[in-house]
Amino acid sequence: MIRFQNVYKRYPERGDALAGIDLEIQTGEMVFLTGHSGAGKSTLLRLIGLLERPTRGQVLVNGRNLTTLPRREIPYHRRQVGMIFQDHRLLPDRSVFDNVALPLMVMGVHPKEIGRRVRAVLDQVGLLRRERALPVALSGGEQQRVGIARALVGRPAVLLADEPTGNLDPDLSREIFHLFERFKYVGMTLVIATHDFDLVEELGHRTLRLDEGRLVSDTGAW
Amino acid sequence: MSVNGRRPLHQSTPPRRRLVRARRPPILDRLGIWLHQHRQTLIDSLYRLRAAPLASSMTVTVIAISLALPTLLYILSANLRLLVGNWEQTAAISLFLDFQVEDQQAQALASQLRGWPEIARVELITREQALAEFRDLGGFEEALDRIQENPLPIVLVIYPQPDRSDSAQLEALQSRLLELPEADFTRMDTLWLQRLEAIIALMQVIALLIGVLLGIGVLLIVGNTIRLEILNRHIEIEVMALVGATPGFIRRPFLYTGAWYGLLGSLLAWILVGIALLILQVYVSELASLYHTAFKLSGLGLGEIGILIGTSILLGLIGSWLAVDRHLRQTRTL
Repeated sequence: MIRFQNVYKRYPERGDALAGIDLEIQTGEMVFLTGHSGAGKSTLLRLIGLLERPTRGQVLVNGRNLTTLPRREIPYHRRQVGMIFQDHRLLPDRSVFDNVALPLMVMGVHPKEIGRRVRAVLDQVGLLRRERALPVALSGGEQQRVGIARALVGRPAVLLADEPTGNLDPDLSREIFHLFERFKYVGMTLVIATHDFDLVEELGHRTLRLDEGRLVSDTGAW
Repeated sequence: MSVNGRRPLHQSTPPRRRLVRARRPPILDRLGIWLHQHRQTLIDSLYRLRAAPLASSMTVTVIAISLALPTLLYILSANLRLLVGNWEQTAAISLFLDFQVEDQQAQALASQLRGWPEIARVELITREQALAEFRDLGGFEEALDRIQENPLPIVLVIYPQPDRSDSAQLEALQSRLLELPEADFTRMDTLWLQRLEAIIALMQVIALLIGVLLGIGVLLIVGNTIRLEILNRHIEIEVMALVGATPGFIRRPFLYTGAWYGLLGSLLAWILVGIALLILQVYVSELASLYHTAFKLSGLGLGEIGILIGTSILLGLIGSWLAVDRHLRQTRTL
């Protein structure tokens, strides 16, 4: 599903963020990405989501070579990659429902179908009763679950999460990770960058560790 | 093969992910969705204008003033043209006949000229009448008494058809008259009319130039307003790009906002022009009454209102397009 071939990413301000990454992630794998801040975790995720292109090397996602993908194809690639952020990136002036519906509106899904699918995914994350609420009225954990619902609603092949539990207490974090495990079992490919070493060990999935832009350990398929 | 003709499902193949692109709805549905989205955006963008009434109305007012100024100039020049047209209708050519031409010959010529399509009326002034008129002017009696013979020729005063009396057509008629064997020379006092026409033409060019300059102004006003709105909504734009919105989708609400500014600005401009014309009419009527005539300023025709509104909407669209395009180019990480 995801393949990196000798990938480099260099920023003019701070040098190599990624240096010579080679890795392969199969369909339906759940992979943790660990390492210190600045180790290149976010950069790796950004390359998969095509928020950036590598300086050198090839990134392949779902059979597409992202290095050569034309610009006009980028939106269509992003529809197959759900992204979850530490700061949620919710629209504060729109209800939970409208926030989650955004990817479907962007795709041009029929309004009736939007209602059905948004409610289905809100039910999955346990927020069906809060659909009318504005994000500010929700707790941190609830906001993160809205972000997850938004990433899921388009039925992406790949789900990327950048420090999804960074601001949450351990119980809530565990809850979120268990939610992710459910998606793994329906065939979704997940890549989750996290600091939460305890939970990573407890859950025991394939774990990649980055250090200064290099892949220093890979537990392999669990 | 199964009964219903489908291939039997292989249990061993892993469940394939349903890709959104593979499940596109039929064309009619897509058109329906597209129309629905546009209608939604149209309404949403209007609500957004209403959400910031002060800022929006200021932008609309600036657009309206920018449009009203050249429009008013245009209307005034069009009215002047109308007025000059009225005057041209009273223009006449005096055809002075050769000295040898007798009254009877002149009569025949006059009735011949009455048959010309471009001539409305011909008036014949005999030598005697001319002399009497001349005498009436006063001051010349003595001089005239000394002359034994009447020195004045017969004059035909020719009134052209009103619809064929612009300066070029009068010129043509004049040269045709001069080709007549009985003709000596013609006289027509149209120079001042030509000058006035040149002034009006100049006014129209000025109106056009001001229109172009203020049109660019409208473009920049809308562009800047939209730029501010983009800055306010940059998080929304970013999130939309993250979930796979095409540039066209991101651009759409801003284009509609620009079009609304254009529409509202042109409608207000129309009202402003109407008020200005009402005020001007008072003074024009006063002036006209001094000349014992009535003159009513004519406003914008339906077609011209259409052009005003259409141009304004177009300027709004272009202005917002430029602003959004610039932003998308700058913020795209690629």
